[in-house]
Amino acid sequence: MHRFANPARFQRLAGAILPWSAGLTVLLSIVGLWFALVASPPDYQQSETVRIMYVHVPAAWMALFVYANLAVASAIGLVWKHPLADLAAKAMAPIGATFTGVCLITGALWGQPMWGTWWVWDARLTSVLILFFFYVGHIALTNAFDDPTRGTRAAAVLALVGVVNLPIVKFSVDWWNTLHQPASITRLDAPAIHPSMLTPLLLMALAFFGYYVTVLILRLRHEIVCRKLRALRLTQGMGAPAMVEQGGS
Amino acid sequence: MGDFSTWLAMGGYAAFVWPSYAITAVLLIGLLVVSLWNLRRGEAELARNDRAGRTGAPGRRDRKVPHP
Repeated sequence: MHRFANPARFQRLAGAILPWSAGLTVLLSIVGLWFALVASPPDYQQSETVRIMYVHVPAAWMALFVYANLAVASAIGLVWKHPLADLAAKAMAPIGATFTGVCLITGALWGQPMWGTWWVWDARLTSVLILFFFYVGHIALTNAFDDPTRGTRAAAVLALVGVVNLPIVKFSVDWWNTLHQPASITRLDAPAIHPSMLTPLLLMALAFFGYYVTVLILRLRHEIVCRKLRALRLTQGMGAPAMVEQGGS
Repeated sequence: MGDFSTWLAMGGYAAFVWPSYAITAVLLIGLLVVSLWNLRRGEAELARNDRAGRTGAPGRRDRKVPHP
């Protein structure tokens, strides 16, 4: 883990990954959209609205996955005081919030024609809304202090508290009666979905994953640049170049 | 052409299917563009600082750095 936590090594690794993740994201998006909108059949019950699934479900998976990443980065930042982990957490939160927003909005657009309502306060929908608030709270806390170290620490604690919500989101459809249907893919037996629909779903999920990797690299690079600029500003301000690398300021 | 308009109509659910894809695209591409733009601005600022440092000038530390 620590081998990748060195900023210079991260920049080299990120530079090697970025062209591949960006290229694959574009390619997978094009092929995925073709299958999602053209080459896959309408559902026998839901007709063409089933196509909303191909953005809704990958966005929901990514919302949970990014939050798990955020929690791990926050824990590493809190325990080992690792500056790159802190910056990673800060870079991840807006991406996760965007995926959660996509999930909520497309869910409403799917709920209206199929359930007859944009929104219900049931366990699945409410727990995803809470996930969204954890992301927004994380972004707000990170930027709430003049001293970035304090903001990062407060946001990391919030991120770890929010981990409680992840299994609630995942298992809400099994634990409570809800309008939302249970999982179709991650079942112990075979997936309850036909390959013609599984193909666009997995392609779009891979495209979203590639997008996440690409944007995370870009945002993390930006955070590293900002950190350098803060350090430069401090040296110029105090005239004491040796003092700045402490404490992730 | 008939096939194309049938496809656009999405079995009568065009008002739900197309906005789903449009909003997803706008949000994801928007975040990508903002992230790229911030990175470019930060790198340009750092380059200016480096040049200023080399020539012994005080540097432009009064400039705000984008920080989302």
